[in-house]
Amino acid sequence: MDLLNNILAGQIPIEAYLGVSLIMFFAGVYGFLSRKSMLMILISIELMLNAADINFVVFNRYLFPGHLEGFYFALFTIAIAACETAVAIAIIINIYRNLTSVEVGNLDQMKE
Amino acid sequence: MQYTLLILVLPLLSFIVLGLVDSKWKPKVAGTIGTVVLGIITALSYFAAWEYFSMHRIAGVYEKIIPFNIEWLRFTDYLYINLGILLDPISVMMLVVITTVSFMVNIYSLGYMVNEKGFERYYAFLSLFTFSMLGLVVATNIFQMYIFWELVGVSSYLLIGFYYTKPSAVAAAKKAFIVTRFADLGFLIGILVLSFYTKTFDFGILTSGDTSVFASTVGASFMGISVMSWALGLIFIGGAGKSAMFPLQIWLPDAMEGPTPVSALIHAATMVVAGVFLVARLFPLYIVYSPEVLHGIAYVGAFTSLFAAIIACVQTDIKRVLAFSTISQIGFMMVGLGVSGNGGHEGVGYMASMFHLFTHAMFKALLFLGAGSVIHAVHSNEMSHMGGLRKYMPITNITFLIACLAIAGIPPFSGFFSKDEILSACYEFSPYMGATMTFIAGLTAFYMFRLYFNIFWGKEHKHQHTPHESPFAMALPLVFLAAVTVFAGWIPFGHFVTSDRANYDIHLDFSVATISVLIAVCSITLAIIMYRKESKVPKKLATTFSGLHKAATNRFYIDEVYIFITKKIIFNNISLPLAWFDRHVIDATMNGFAGTTQWVSLKIKGFQSGQVQQYAYVFLLGTLIITVLVLFI
Repeated sequence: MDLLNNILAGQIPIEAYLGVSLIMFFAGVYGFLSRKSMLMILISIELMLNAADINFVVFNRYLFPGHLEGFYFALFTIAIAACETAVAIAIIINIYRNLTSVEVGNLDQMKE
Repeated sequence: MQYTLLILVLPLLSFIVLGLVDSKWKPKVAGTIGTVVLGIITALSYFAAWEYFSMHRIAGVYEKIIPFNIEWLRFTDYLYINLGILLDPISVMMLVVITTVSFMVNIYSLGYMVNEKGFERYYAFLSLFTFSMLGLVVATNIFQMYIFWELVGVSSYLLIGFYYTKPSAVAAAKKAFIVTRFADLGFLIGILVLSFYTKTFDFGILTSGDTSVFASTVGASFMGISVMSWALGLIFIGGAGKSAMFPLQIWLPDAMEGPTPVSALIHAATMVVAGVFLVARLFPLYIVYSPEVLHGIAYVGAFTSLFAAIIACVQTDIKRVLAFSTISQIGFMMVGLGVSGNGGHEGVGYMASMFHLFTHAMFKALLFLGAGSVIHAVHSNEMSHMGGLRKYMPITNITFLIACLAIAGIPPFSGFFSKDEILSACYEFSPYMGATMTFIAGLTAFYMFRLYFNIFWGKEHKHQHTPHESPFAMALPLVFLAAVTVFAGWIPFGHFVTSDRANYDIHLDFSVATISVLIAVCSITLAIIMYRKESKVPKKLATTFSGLHKAATNRFYIDEVYIFITKKIIFNNISLPLAWFDRHVIDATMNGFAGTTQWVSLKIKGFQSGQVQQYAYVFLLGTLIITVLVLFI
């Protein structure tokens, strides 16, 4: 009830943020492991990255108020994530052209 | 005399060029290049010989000149190997012999080999052989000699096996290589023993007569025999292998599988006298430090000579007759060295041996080239397919006759002079040796004229097409060598090459000469009676002495003895158990390692499924486990 009271009082505690990012992160892990489509896996990865971003921002905000490194780092990660997504999409398109499918289970030719 | 380096470098370059371009050029071009290079180095060798022998003697002897010498490998202060050129009377003489015969063979091959596949390869190998042989004779130290000695073995292997699609040629090439290689093991051990005690490879130091070099060998002995005798005896085994001395002679008759000009070059004139040259090169050591080994060489030479001469009397393949005759004549040279003393009149055996080497190279090359010309005409090596060829091949007939007269020792041909000197040296050594060698000389005359009459006289064989005289390229070397054979006897050889490099005037020993000529004439008469026309005498003799005849035809079963020793004794008792050990112990251990690895890999192969998500899952599990471990333990 303490937590709820705090929220209602407009003071959101750090655990709430961390709870959200935790759920996002494990949703991403679950998606990564269970989805067959590579696009879905890519989205899961984005989810995990965003969870990490939230952590950056939150820790910066609560542990080192007045510092900006965490925010910058989050921005930086977003930029990198955008690039990474572009590359991943390119790879997926190429795989689709070769295999006419984006099922990750079909991608085992390289093991031989 | 720096230009003598060219004599070595040019044939090597010619080998490399011809070997690299192989069949990109027309065969004629390759042949011409090889021949022209040989012509150039022949001219250079003649010039070098002229310059060397026209130099003034210093204190009555020819100087040893080393125009070129580089340090090639240095391991320790004592153990180093040089490469260089040593000119002294015997090496200069060998330069002349090798280049002359090689040049003639090159010209001859232009006619003989022209339609063969691999003409360029043939010329490349000829150049390689000439290079190695020249390197051998001018070696400044015993190790350089050994290197070129092996190169000679390799090029001989390549040339004998020139017709590599023919199984018998391949077998002969292998046999020649393995037998000589086996003998070279003795040579190598001999070199090592000698250089271990003397701390040098250099011929100049070894043969300088400086006894301090051999100080450490004094009193050193192994199994009751002094180390110098061991070393020199082992070195002689190497020489015996290359020079086909008994019992290592088995490879030479088989080596006749190679092209005939190759036989003329390698198995008559140059490579097979390498052993004689080796003994001559180390002669000052043999004579001073182990005369008993030198006498052993004389006995081995005499026995080989007799043995080969008897076999030559019954062979029917003309090239094999010549092969055995070569073995016999090399036996003569070995005997000449073996019975020789050092210096002046004592050293006449040495001089005679070198003289015989020189004349023999010329007339034996002529005989082989003549035989090649005959084979070229009738396409067979068998005597029974020839007969009556004198009408069709006048040039071959006359030159062959000249060579036969020379080898039989009829004056004024060259063989008479050299053989007579060897015989008189033998008589001085011991009358028995002299008598034996005279008898062998008689046998030589007999079998050579048996060969001659069977080819050019006798009953004419029905030929499929009329035999014809050989083309110009083949006739020219025959005529040139015949001219040399006629006149070489008049060379005052003692003026150039003697054991102590001083001047020695040859004077004929008339009693010895008369006896040997008489015996030779008798043998020739016998051959005329038996073989000039068809006659029943040879057959009758063969049945009377059927045991001897059969044994001689089968070369006294020496090959069978070798086969027996190698196959029955060595293979069964040593090789087979070793092979078993290799297969069941060494290989089994290795197979065990491999099998275990394979088994394990099969078991864990499932991990590498190629499924990305499975990898991620395992990774996640691992992370969790590590997290739990870090947090709670």
